[in-house]
Amino acid sequence: MRPYWAFFRTRFLALLQYRAAAIAGIGTQWLFGFVRVMALWAFYQSAGTAQPMAFEQAAVYTWLGQAMLGMLPWNIERKIGESVRTGSVAYELSRPLDLYAMWFARCMALRSAPTLLRAVPQFLISIFLIPAPFGMRFGGPEFAGWLAALPGALLLSSAVTALMNASLFWTVTGDGVIRLGPVLVLIFSGMTVPLKLLPDWAQTFLFFQPFMGLVDGPAQILAGSMPLARLPLLIALQWGWAAAFIAAGRLVLRRGLTRLEVAGG
Amino acid sequence: MPIVWAEGLKKEYTIKTKAGPLRRKSVRREALRGVSFSLEAGELVGYIGPNGAGKSTTIKILSGILTPDGGACQVLGRTPWKERVRHARHIGVVFGQRSQLWWDLPVADSFALLRDIYRLSEAEYRRTLKELADALDLAPLLATPVRQLSLGQRMRCELAASLLHEPELLFLDEPTIGLDAATKLSVRDFILRINREKGTTVILTTHDMDDVEALCRRVMVIGEGRLLLDGDVAALRGDDEERILTCELACPAREATLPYPLLSREEDRNRLTLRFSPARVHAATLISALNEYGLRDVTIEHTPIERVVARLYERLEKAGEGA
Amino acid sequence: MNAIRLYFRLVRVSLRTQMAYRASFSVQMLANIATTLADFFAVFAFFQRFGALGHWSFAQVAVFYGMANASLALSELWLRGFDIFERHVQSGDFDRYLIRPRSAFLQVLGADFQLLRLGRTGVGLITSFWGLSQLAPGWQASEWALFFLAILGGNFFYGGVVLVRAMVSVWTVQSLELFNMITYGGVETAQYPLDIYTGFLRRFFFGIVPLAATNYWPLSYLFRQPDASALLAWLSPLICLGVFLLGWIAWHIGVKHYRSTGS
Repeated sequence: MRPYWAFFRTRFLALLQYRAAAIAGIGTQWLFGFVRVMALWAFYQSAGTAQPMAFEQAAVYTWLGQAMLGMLPWNIERKIGESVRTGSVAYELSRPLDLYAMWFARCMALRSAPTLLRAVPQFLISIFLIPAPFGMRFGGPEFAGWLAALPGALLLSSAVTALMNASLFWTVTGDGVIRLGPVLVLIFSGMTVPLKLLPDWAQTFLFFQPFMGLVDGPAQILAGSMPLARLPLLIALQWGWAAAFIAAGRLVLRRGLTRLEVAGG
Repeated sequence: MPIVWAEGLKKEYTIKTKAGPLRRKSVRREALRGVSFSLEAGELVGYIGPNGAGKSTTIKILSGILTPDGGACQVLGRTPWKERVRHARHIGVVFGQRSQLWWDLPVADSFALLRDIYRLSEAEYRRTLKELADALDLAPLLATPVRQLSLGQRMRCELAASLLHEPELLFLDEPTIGLDAATKLSVRDFILRINREKGTTVILTTHDMDDVEALCRRVMVIGEGRLLLDGDVAALRGDDEERILTCELACPAREATLPYPLLSREEDRNRLTLRFSPARVHAATLISALNEYGLRDVTIEHTPIERVVARLYERLEKAGEGA
Repeated sequence: MNAIRLYFRLVRVSLRTQMAYRASFSVQMLANIATTLADFFAVFAFFQRFGALGHWSFAQVAVFYGMANASLALSELWLRGFDIFERHVQSGDFDRYLIRPRSAFLQVLGADFQLLRLGRTGVGLITSFWGLSQLAPGWQASEWALFFLAILGGNFFYGGVVLVRAMVSVWTVQSLELFNMITYGGVETAQYPLDIYTGFLRRFFFGIVPLAATNYWPLSYLFRQPDASALLAWLSPLICLGVFLLGWIAWHIGVKHYRSTGS
């Protein structure tokens, strides 16, 4: 475990250096959050009937989504991508290490350090500076529940990121995966529309599909629109899907390396 | 009338550095502290100096990119930064480290674009392109995309690209950097040729002192924003020049006694290397003294110009510390 | 060769460069389309869920959405060179433009004509037309003209912001992301009619940065809203052009600063 922890730590600390970019990014994310919350407010005002989640809950959900944006698998670990593209990844095989585990550790750093930088100020703004009902208000048990769902979201996100990286062994396919994949993730994670506000007939599918655990599950726990009793199921889904993505990532990586050997002669 | 005339050029940069999480400190650095010189039409002058001495700042001012903070300058009768567009028509610039060609296009297409950018007539363009293609042997390269060229091939194309509009004044910034020996020689030949045949005035900045020795009569040395020396390449060596005598003796070199003022002495079995100043001891004196020990072979060399320049820079640094 | 012909010549070169990497180009354009569609999917889903947005119908909001996206994407299409101006400066490309006997503005403009933005432009236009076909507004020729002028205006508005950003990048490349608040943030905001917002956001985008001129003022007049002003609607494209002009001046100030500091 030690060397992988070191890979994680080194990358994590390096990524924490990009503070100026994070501060500049907060402005945009804050505006996006604010616009979305206000548009939701206008929609809720027009709605005649009761909704599956209250406006206050949707507001918490939206702010949390903006704060945790960095944890979505929206980009790849650039250095890994380059090593695959140039083929220098072959040299990594000479190390007595599990290549996938090393990748995973670096992806986990990519998904956590920038998020930490942006999430903390974003939380503070939406909790203390934005007045009710537009701001982010939640209870203690919900917060604890959200914290419990966080590791699963991080694992899942890192596993998807690692899989996206591995797809780069196939140049054109990989290009498609890393550019179009995030669009699917945005929709199915609940980032564009809270999943609960999508049509009722799709709810069962939406709950069990892999990306629910990235944003929607944890956000609903925090917002209180998902009962805490469902937390164990949510966590099981997160870890289960993470395991599936890890298995897929390992498989794709192995195939990719074989391909590289064949091509390299 | 000089083709380039610069008087007291000054340029200062402000460098902002982080002094704390929020505070920033600005440090002012004088890149040029009053640089004056003039060039006659048809000269081929070397412009050398250590990194950060102000070479590229001077070139940027002369080519119209930068506005100086002080001083005056006329190039081909114009003030470069005030009449940038008209000025640009008459100069050519080659940056050895950066390409002016379009990376994904065949070379010929890059040239055609430059024809349109410089508003050349078709006849003019054909004529110069043919001349340049012959001189630089470009014909086999014209259809190749730039990204597929070797460094040497690319440099030949860069030279052609900067000369298509037949500029009167050519700036060459490190034109031989990274080139293999053969290409280096052919690039030098070409530079000499256009200077002699077309009378193009050339300012050459380089770190390769062999370029300067091979091409330039005149050299300007800049350091810390000041011109330290402006004169013949020979003058660069100065009066207190050193010679290096290397000889092979019949006996072990340590047995040779030489009661003369030498700068240094190194022995390696029968091989003896002496550094001396011809002002204090004649080469002939040394050779006749060495003859007594069975002189088998002898060579006398000038100090490599790199060392001359390095010493010049060193002196400069010491002077800087003293001030 | 005059300036306009040279511009199209440079654009052709830029297009050829993009076509040299055709597979990558197709994927990027597809992603550009998919991202825009995903955002529209959100608007669609909200209307499915809530039925209406104040006094606005789904078809009307589709027109707002389409115009905002088409305008931004158009500006990205032809002003990409200024969006990445700091890269031109850092790579030394900009120095090279300055040693050529041509307008530097023209050379930056021609250096990068990002064709893949046609994807988002197309989605925006189609969405607008779909909304209009549902509404059948029965516009006169002059009103159609205003509609198209407003799309062009929006493109100049976002373009002006990009030019100001390019100016700032001469001084500092940090916190340039702040300008995304007005470009990407602006589109996110203007994809809904601006009157649904209140408070600070409303004051900011009606007053300080006249985002309302990109689609709100023209469309609320074209959709015959009771409080709409014909004057404001017709002035809107001019206001946007004014923003572009400001950006154009700002960029030249930036270049002047660059040439006097070399930083």
